[in-house]
Amino acid sequence: MSTEILALIVLLPLLGALVNGILGARLPKGLVTLVACGSVLGAFLLSLGAVSELYSLRERVGADEAMLVTNLWSWIEAGPLTVSASFMLDPLSAVMLLIVTGVGFLIHVFSVGYMHSDKAYWRYFAYLNLFMFSMLLLILGKNILVLFVGWEGVGLCSYLLIGFWYDDMEKAQAGQKAFVTNRVGDFSFLLGVFILLFFSGGDLDFVRLRDVVGPAGALQDPLTITIICLLLFGGAAGKSAQFPLYVWLPDAMAGPTPVSALIHAATMVTAGVYMMCRLSFLFAASTTAMTVIALVGAGTALFAATIALVQNDIKKVLAYSTVSQLGFMVLAVGVGGFTGAIFHLMTHAFFKACLFLGSGSVIHAMHHEQDIRQMGALRKKLPVTAGTFFVSCLAIAGAFPFISGFVSKDEILFTAFTASHQGNSPMLVAYGLAAAAALCTAFYMFRLYYLTFEGEYRGDHHTWEHAHEEKVMTIPLVVLAALAVVGGLVGLPEVTHAPHLLHEWLHPVFATAMTHFTYSEAHELEWILMGVALTLALVGVFAARAMYKRPTADLPEAPTDAAWYRLLMDKWRIDELYAAVVLNPLRRLAGVLHTQADVKLIDGLFVRGTARLVGRVGDGLRVLQNGDVQTYVTAIVVGLAVLLLFVV
Amino acid sequence: MSLPLLTLLIATPSVGALMLAFVPAHQRTAHRVIGAAVAILVFLMSLPLLSAFDPAATGLQLVEDAAWIPSIGAGWRLAVDGVSLWIILLTTFLTPLILIGAHSAITHRVREFVIAMLVLETAMLGALCATDLLLFYLFWELMLVPMYLLIGIWGGANRLYATVKFFIYTMVGSLLMLVGIIYLYLLAGHSFDFAQILALKLDPTQQRWLFAAFGLAFAIKVPVFPFHTWLPDAHTEAPTAGSVILAGVLLKMGTYGFLRFALPLFPHAMGEFSPLVLVLSVVGIVYGALVAWAQSDVKKLVAYSSVSHLGFVMLGIVALNTQAVEGAILQMVNHGISTGALFILVGVIYERRHTRKITDFGGLAAVMPLFTTTFIIVTMSSIGLPGTNGFVGEFLILSGSMSEGLPVLPGTPWNAWPSLSVAAVVFATSGVILGAVYMLSMVRRVFFGPLTHDANRKLADLNLREILVLAPLVLLIFGIGLFPNLLLRPMHASVNALVERTRPVVSATRQPLEMAASPQLAAPKLAASTDAPLPEAAPAEATR
Repeated sequence: MSTEILALIVLLPLLGALVNGILGARLPKGLVTLVACGSVLGAFLLSLGAVSELYSLRERVGADEAMLVTNLWSWIEAGPLTVSASFMLDPLSAVMLLIVTGVGFLIHVFSVGYMHSDKAYWRYFAYLNLFMFSMLLLILGKNILVLFVGWEGVGLCSYLLIGFWYDDMEKAQAGQKAFVTNRVGDFSFLLGVFILLFFSGGDLDFVRLRDVVGPAGALQDPLTITIICLLLFGGAAGKSAQFPLYVWLPDAMAGPTPVSALIHAATMVTAGVYMMCRLSFLFAASTTAMTVIALVGAGTALFAATIALVQNDIKKVLAYSTVSQLGFMVLAVGVGGFTGAIFHLMTHAFFKACLFLGSGSVIHAMHHEQDIRQMGALRKKLPVTAGTFFVSCLAIAGAFPFISGFVSKDEILFTAFTASHQGNSPMLVAYGLAAAAALCTAFYMFRLYYLTFEGEYRGDHHTWEHAHEEKVMTIPLVVLAALAVVGGLVGLPEVTHAPHLLHEWLHPVFATAMTHFTYSEAHELEWILMGVALTLALVGVFAARAMYKRPTADLPEAPTDAAWYRLLMDKWRIDELYAAVVLNPLRRLAGVLHTQADVKLIDGLFVRGTARLVGRVGDGLRVLQNGDVQTYVTAIVVGLAVLLLFVV
Repeated sequence: MSLPLLTLLIATPSVGALMLAFVPAHQRTAHRVIGAAVAILVFLMSLPLLSAFDPAATGLQLVEDAAWIPSIGAGWRLAVDGVSLWIILLTTFLTPLILIGAHSAITHRVREFVIAMLVLETAMLGALCATDLLLFYLFWELMLVPMYLLIGIWGGANRLYATVKFFIYTMVGSLLMLVGIIYLYLLAGHSFDFAQILALKLDPTQQRWLFAAFGLAFAIKVPVFPFHTWLPDAHTEAPTAGSVILAGVLLKMGTYGFLRFALPLFPHAMGEFSPLVLVLSVVGIVYGALVAWAQSDVKKLVAYSSVSHLGFVMLGIVALNTQAVEGAILQMVNHGISTGALFILVGVIYERRHTRKITDFGGLAAVMPLFTTTFIIVTMSSIGLPGTNGFVGEFLILSGSMSEGLPVLPGTPWNAWPSLSVAAVVFATSGVILGAVYMLSMVRRVFFGPLTHDANRKLADLNLREILVLAPLVLLIFGIGLFPNLLLRPMHASVNALVERTRPVVSATRQPLEMAASPQLAAPKLAASTDAPLPEAAPAEATR
């Protein structure tokens, strides 16, 4: 099989997007569905083929050499810069490829049911396919610039899909906020790339960049490496919604719920984590940058979790939970646990997609009601949704031994804790923050579960009567829930003496980076840490159960007067802070520059002022030649007199 | 000697205009069809340039040299190189689109309109091909007249103010340039030949004064902040055709002038003025973007965005390395395409609603889906989304400029060239945020939200003619975005030659005074940046 398979995988969804985007309005709904889901299924099947090819290649040429490469054309050549349009499949992109096309396909299927009655059905699927195309560019790109095409492409699709119902100004505003906030991250990312480009001599190829940072490479100065890493991390913080750039993600919930599942939970938002893992050899070379990254990740994990504790919108809870879980992944990167980051990225894709689609099923059944205070007892009406949601809650909370989220989160906590043991003391803080976040996670997830599915129904009667779930929507839920249960098996902790399959698979990608870290062999510690994590999770679960699983329809009274509660309800008022400190001053500056600097000063005083001055001087000089002979004669006589005075 | 391709190219539009003079004025359709046909013919005639052009040659190509006014040493001297090639093609490509696009917007004095456009095309092509300074100046000033008429006759309510301002403002700059040209003419032994003038050895003082004269003319045309205030007025009052040609080609005459004349003729002064130009370019980028954000008129917003975009081009030119200069040339073409398309799109809704105020719209996506899609694609090109043309140009300019500043050695003074370059790139890159802010805010207010005005409910989507005009532009947006090498490759030899020739002098003089005062800093810097030995131009002062 030739390596053109990679190009084909990327092209299929693009074709789907073009067909539905151009002809969709005139095509029958069935055909739109077929094109949209078919192209993604095709990409998934081809991906399976490509990954198995990579696997067999690995057997033949060894793990370090195995890689599928497709060179399409030379994209940009100018001066020293040479960038080609090319793809590569290595173990890391293979994992991402399967997650993106697999979960992506399930969400496409779910969307068929969810968007069934929307009048712009075709446009939705055109955008969704365009997203798949961009995401595949992002993960298969062989150099930073191809990755960046995908990076911005997914941002564009996110913008279009958040504002999918564009006649609602608030939704359009949310889309714009997402785009602009991501651009703030891109600003930083681009600066990092510019500097990196200088030291790499115009080459951005991932494989060759490894040598640039290597022992004989051009990039050795630790300060420069730290600056580059921090700038690149700025980009990751935008895309992967880390503090302080996370603000767009909660608002992004304005989009259709399957979009939240696909883009704003399972795939796009993990792009920042993926990018840092892709450049692990670079990030690992800067201890300072790694410390900052770990602390930002752990801080974000706890910060977002505290907000999720009190939210009442089912999607908002999940959105903050996503921010928090992304924090865990970023923390993993920061402590050198690149495999752990990708592992958690994968398990999170399963359980969070399941949770979001579950919430979609609820919202669909509840006629677009999203307030969990208006729900309750929905398990009776939506049994499959409730069951899969419960399983996924266990997974994200890590409240059941060896369920996927338990294993992957444990790996991150273990890596952070042992890093602190090896003299990197700030990592103890990171571990503490993350452990606290884990406790909060268990609480808010089960608060959400009990308020939605258990207890008594609190909404209006009519909705209750009609509430039901659809098969096209429940099948993806069941598949995802199954994956959420067993997904952890590919990365069992070493203490169990089972092979860590994911670690072995990814080893060639992260080998260079791992040389910068010493990993603890103290695996008996792992039992203790697992025990701590499980205890924290169970405390959270049972606290939520005690508070929110109630036989009656009333809700526990929220401490609405307490300052801390209001602060959490208002999401720490970070949006207000940005408005006051950045946005409003900048807008005022723009206004002042326009009315004062441009219209009054530059154009008024300098330009038109000069014209007026010339006019005035002209007016003045006109007196001298007014055509009056007597004046002229007088002037001549006076002039002659003065001249004579001087001469004589 | 084969056909005088360039002469034919320059002459054809004017011959067409002359023919139109004999067609009775009331036969509007005939004028429109003939005008478009002539413009298309000129475009087709410009295509052989691509095959005749040798991408490996470093100097001027397709040289034509005929006697014109031998008594004063002025010749009909024409040539192209990798700097001008794509701007010439951009001109011949945009003109037919504009003529077809103006079909329904221009309904009175159609004959005069078509003639003005064709004469303008002659002037633009002439200015881009001329390698004789008098000839260049003639075409340069000839561009003003049709433009003056375009705004003055077919413009908006406040058109007289805008035309007079446009005319006088640009005239002031060009007159100073004329003085400079005459001075050079006298120095060169009574010749306007660019090659002879290029061979002159100008001392730093002469260069400084001449650069000021030429540079001001070009800076006004670009426009470089703070010489930009004629532009928003001219754009808002001009008809769509005028705005497209103004943004698409006329503004590039300024940046082209820097590359073709100011830089090679006065490298010493260019170096001295580089920090100033750098700062003004970056101020233009940020200032233009912020002021664009504050606009309530769509067309004014696009006009100010031009100030911002042309700031990027100037930034690439002063960085003066191959990467950045090629980015700058590419960005000139890109700006012509995407801003041209934006003005056409604004013209489309103006024709339907006779307003351009943002608040008069809202929710247009519901009634004009195709128009909305096109607008968003062009917006993405304008804000430099990768995959579109805008990204490649911006990326080359910014990364090229950044390499001017690296590595920043510890202890480098803040106003030294490397630190200035780094700071400039940081501020300029913030343009990617601001661009998204002002463009997307406008898109949101015009296209999204509920349909608030009844007058907008029945708006017709793009018609076939409008699609025909916009489709080539949209195709180019993606075409150049995906295959920029097609444009970059023919530039390599010319740009390399230009950089190699001028860079040693420029980079020697753009080191600020502090550097000279501290030799331990100046030494490694100079060694790093001037690989080639200084050419004759610098030590020439001694021989004078």
